[in-house]
Amino acid sequence: MSTHIDFLDVSVFYGDHKALDEVSLSVERNEIFGIVGPANSGKTTLLKAINRTIDLVTGTKVVGEVSIDGQNVNSIKNVHSLRRRVGMVFPLPVGLPLSIYENVAYGPRRAGIHDPGKLDEIVERCLKQSVLWDEVKDRLDSLGTKLSGGQQQRLTLARALSLEPEILCLDEFSIAIDPVTTMKIENVLVELKKDMTIILVTNLIQQAQRISDHVMFLNDSQIVEMGDTQQMFSSPKQELTKKYLSGEMG
Amino acid sequence: MSEAVHNPFAGSDFETKKLRKENRVKGFMLLASLVLIVPILVIIGYLIYKASPVLSWDYIWGDPGPLGKSGGIWLPLIGTFYLVVVSLILVAPIGILAGVYLNEYAPSNWFTRAINMAVTSLAGVPSIVHALFGVGCFVLTFKMGESLIAAACTIAVMTIPVIVTATREALASVPQSFRDACWNMGATKWQTIRTIVLPNSVSGILTGVILEISRAAGETAPILFTGATAAVAINTSDLGTKLMPYDLDDRFMALSYHLHVVAEKISGMPEEMKYGTAAVLIGLILVVNSFSISLRLYLRTRKKW
Amino acid sequence: MAYKKKLLSGLGTKIDRAEPFIRSLIYVSGWSSIIFVIAIFFFIFKEAAPILTKVDWGSFFFENRWIPNPAEGNEPSYGAAGMLYGTLAITVVSMFIAMPLGLSAAIYISEFASPKVKETLKILIEFLAAVPSIIWGFIGLVIMGPLMQKVLGIEVGVNLLNASIVVALMAVPLIVSISEDALRAVPDSYREAALALGASRWEVVYRVLFPAAKSGLLAACMLGVGRAVGETMAVWMASGSTENIPDNIFNPALLLERVKALTATIASEMPDTAHGDDHYRMLFVIGIVLLSISVVINVVSDIVIKGVKNKNQ
Repeated sequence: MSTHIDFLDVSVFYGDHKALDEVSLSVERNEIFGIVGPANSGKTTLLKAINRTIDLVTGTKVVGEVSIDGQNVNSIKNVHSLRRRVGMVFPLPVGLPLSIYENVAYGPRRAGIHDPGKLDEIVERCLKQSVLWDEVKDRLDSLGTKLSGGQQQRLTLARALSLEPEILCLDEFSIAIDPVTTMKIENVLVELKKDMTIILVTNLIQQAQRISDHVMFLNDSQIVEMGDTQQMFSSPKQELTKKYLSGEMG
Repeated sequence: MSEAVHNPFAGSDFETKKLRKENRVKGFMLLASLVLIVPILVIIGYLIYKASPVLSWDYIWGDPGPLGKSGGIWLPLIGTFYLVVVSLILVAPIGILAGVYLNEYAPSNWFTRAINMAVTSLAGVPSIVHALFGVGCFVLTFKMGESLIAAACTIAVMTIPVIVTATREALASVPQSFRDACWNMGATKWQTIRTIVLPNSVSGILTGVILEISRAAGETAPILFTGATAAVAINTSDLGTKLMPYDLDDRFMALSYHLHVVAEKISGMPEEMKYGTAAVLIGLILVVNSFSISLRLYLRTRKKW
Repeated sequence: MAYKKKLLSGLGTKIDRAEPFIRSLIYVSGWSSIIFVIAIFFFIFKEAAPILTKVDWGSFFFENRWIPNPAEGNEPSYGAAGMLYGTLAITVVSMFIAMPLGLSAAIYISEFASPKVKETLKILIEFLAAVPSIIWGFIGLVIMGPLMQKVLGIEVGVNLLNASIVVALMAVPLIVSISEDALRAVPDSYREAALALGASRWEVVYRVLFPAAKSGLLAACMLGVGRAVGETMAVWMASGSTENIPDNIFNPALLLERVKALTATIASEMPDTAHGDDHYRMLFVIGIVLLSISVVINVVSDIVIKGVKNKNQ
């Protein structure tokens, strides 16, 4: 089974500051790849390098090769099509100031899909996948920004799924939402991995333990250790890893 | 039984004296604010009172009589209307797009800084200098002659900063998180601007537009030598001519210039005619501005996030 | 399937395909302000250029002899000192009135007023700002002039004081608005810290806010000055339009003298000139002086304001 996403000696600079230091990793298809580490260790930067939203930040430089299915992401001419293949969920829930329906239809519309039947189908599928359908199915034209935090985060997930991405990245998605919603989304992720590869950046160590297949410990822009989840948690090789996973470190 | 209990929170002498000084200063500042505002309200009231003998529907609809000593102010009023419309058509697209550029596309470098300085400089150029520019550039070099179009171009250049600033503020008030969410879904910058950012900036941009309308209607200096004239020989018996008396290359009458003419230049001008013109002008400006203010207040209640 | 393929190419609609064209429009519009500022300089210099070499600058700046249309046989002279004095005097006196009023109002609105009062005052000041300069001129000429004549027993009501009051009221909204911005830029933590130490709110203002916001407040005053220097119609109608340079500038009676400003000169004399004659070109020379003053004021206050923003970040 060939790997889906590869990083080869990738370093990312914000001006002079090194946010990622020669990171090399491989993510396999249809797995949940967990990334843990303290704040400012480079986790978000890593995600941004995958869909090239790092390019939108001024003064950044990326060295090394990030590839999807063996193809260097920098060689993809249409960066927008790359971003459509990668779904992204942020820490803070963001509801666009549109109706719930239009929130989920936003991505497909920008990609050129305007057929109402097709859009109806996409909206329903994604809202069901993100366990939001039952709560909002009767008020699809109410404003997305007026939902609760937990609902908005599920809406964000629905949007991320609307373009049937092959890769789904989640960046500390549970920070601003309640534990019940978090649980719901975790179950969804386990379901979704048969259709896509999932990269889960999280500050909740138990969350990584619960659902990821592999986990990587990133600290201070560098990979400390990475491997099979069971193994990492039961017998980590590095002292630092042990400290972090047991909760001793911030 | 009441007993005087020492109140630990009462102020000491020092503190009470400080508080009294603060109240005096507060009072002084409130007075200063009122000094600014009350006289102008009184004056405007007085203006309208002195104009009342003349204010009527006929006054607005009728044309000025000989030398403006009698009759109405229709020709100047409609002239101001067209001046506003044409200048708006000229300035709004450029101003709005410039605002979009500055807030959404411009990189943080010296060139952008220069553009920002140019915008504020443009705002600070004296209105009579704008008139000189209008003469040198539009009237002479572009051979528009003294005309409605030359005056409208001059006003347009003068009001660019108004539209640019209002657009920028409106765009900046849209949270960055919306843009990030769109970009991560593969939307291009322009798609994001056109579908999320601009539609949610309309109210702010509209306030800029209304402010431009107010300026264009009230300014006199920029139109002094670029097209405004004291009298035109136009027969308005035909409704079509009445509603559109000026071509783009005609000289035109404008309310602000008309006020200047009747206030100073003509001897034997009946007082009410002077006050009448002033009252209509200031009334127009105040009405336009209250649209802007009520629009802002109304939209504040309809926030989408 | 076609749906998937569309996802990957993603040009949604016709308007999206036009994006590169729209982008160029946006960029060009963005540069337009610089283009127009340069254009203003260019065209003003162009009209003034032929005469620039012939101008007697000493006479222009220091002699009060502005005679563009002399009697038969005499040479015209363009000594603009009288108008320079007029502009200077109006600016100084109006700022004397506008700065204290404007700053007080800004401080009151920003620091002391309750939200409702604040809202009302801001709206009223916005209306004040909307009053066009010709109306101010009208007020000065037709209302304040006769009032002054009656109250002060003078012969002529249009003079330096009249024009200065009117210009002050025009500059105040600008001063208030920018000072308010400057005060708002001072972090609340400064205020909270001072209050926690027992300062009264007034002490917070003059001990903490003034020092912290002083660049912004300075910039506000500078822009007020710019407004006063550049004001045309109000000054023209309310100042009496006579060049005068008094002997003793500390005599308060000079407030009641008639003056003439640079702006008013251009406005009043342009209709009497023909495109291209010397008088016409000299008016453009005055335009250069005014343009330079205003651009310098704007650039300097822009730098000052930027300095404030960087400091408070």
